[in-house]
Amino acid sequence: MNSVGEGCTELKREYDQCFNRWFAEKFLKGERSGDPCTELFKQYQTCVQKAIKEKDIPIDGVEFMGPNKEKPGS
Amino acid sequence: MGKYFFNETDIRSAWENVLTAFWQRYPNPYSTHVLTEDVVFREVTPDNCLLSRRLLTKTNRLPRWAERIFPGNLARSVYIVEDSIVDPNNRRLTTLTWNLNHSTLMTVVERCVFHGERDRPVWTRLTREAWISSGVFGLSRPIQEFGLSRFKSNQIKAMKGLEHALSKLHLSAAQSHHGDASKDTSEKAKNLTPSSSSQKPQEFV
Repeated sequence: MNSVGEGCTELKREYDQCFNRWFAEKFLKGERSGDPCTELFKQYQTCVQKAIKEKDIPIDGVEFMGPNKEKPGS
Repeated sequence: MGKYFFNETDIRSAWENVLTAFWQRYPNPYSTHVLTEDVVFREVTPDNCLLSRRLLTKTNRLPRWAERIFPGNLARSVYIVEDSIVDPNNRRLTTLTWNLNHSTLMTVVERCVFHGERDRPVWTRLTREAWISSGVFGLSRPIQEFGLSRFKSNQIKAMKGLEHALSKLHLSAAQSHHGDASKDTSEKAKNLTPSSSSQKPQEFV
């Protein structure tokens, strides 16, 4: 799958691989050994956040789960 | 006003498998309309919940009549945010997905809850809700109806995409156990193939 930043796809793939392994083998099994993917994530984010700004994607400052507050049953 | 969609379905896969597949469902044969996928935020909370935000871009497919009225909208893809909370203590994944742009034309907010009940370990219940609204004066009803119909067809693709990802995971797990019991392995792989049965969706205007 491609990243929105054309040059970020490789960094994204490396991070995703690390995350998927950690998620299935550690996180879901209740092992709180800490996230081994932080370095890869940082590199990936530096790239993708730049692309987001360049493309003017209006995601900055959008509240986490924002629309959920106004929906019933939240 | 606006349109409301509700659907409950059972996925024949354990919750942990569904969650692992959830992060790996793109690309799949049913997601050609999804152009890019990025994780832009992730955090493990003190009580061990995983918060994530994904940014997706999707093609903006409108019916002909809407293309004629809103020609400018074709130029940009739709930017979609998917926020999620994985709560492994309660075996619950909650996601909220909505579009960042084209929102005057139409806003779709979708909330999904994937829940693994302890007394039904091979099943995961998916509850899906959507709220579809349009702010265009005089056209909100046909736009909302189009939105609802596209949402329904997209959720079928989304389920197929998730099941495709689940099958791939089961297949690679079965292959890694390949050894003297090769016949048993293929039998196991068959039994693990997930299927889902939907109940009739309710709609409210």
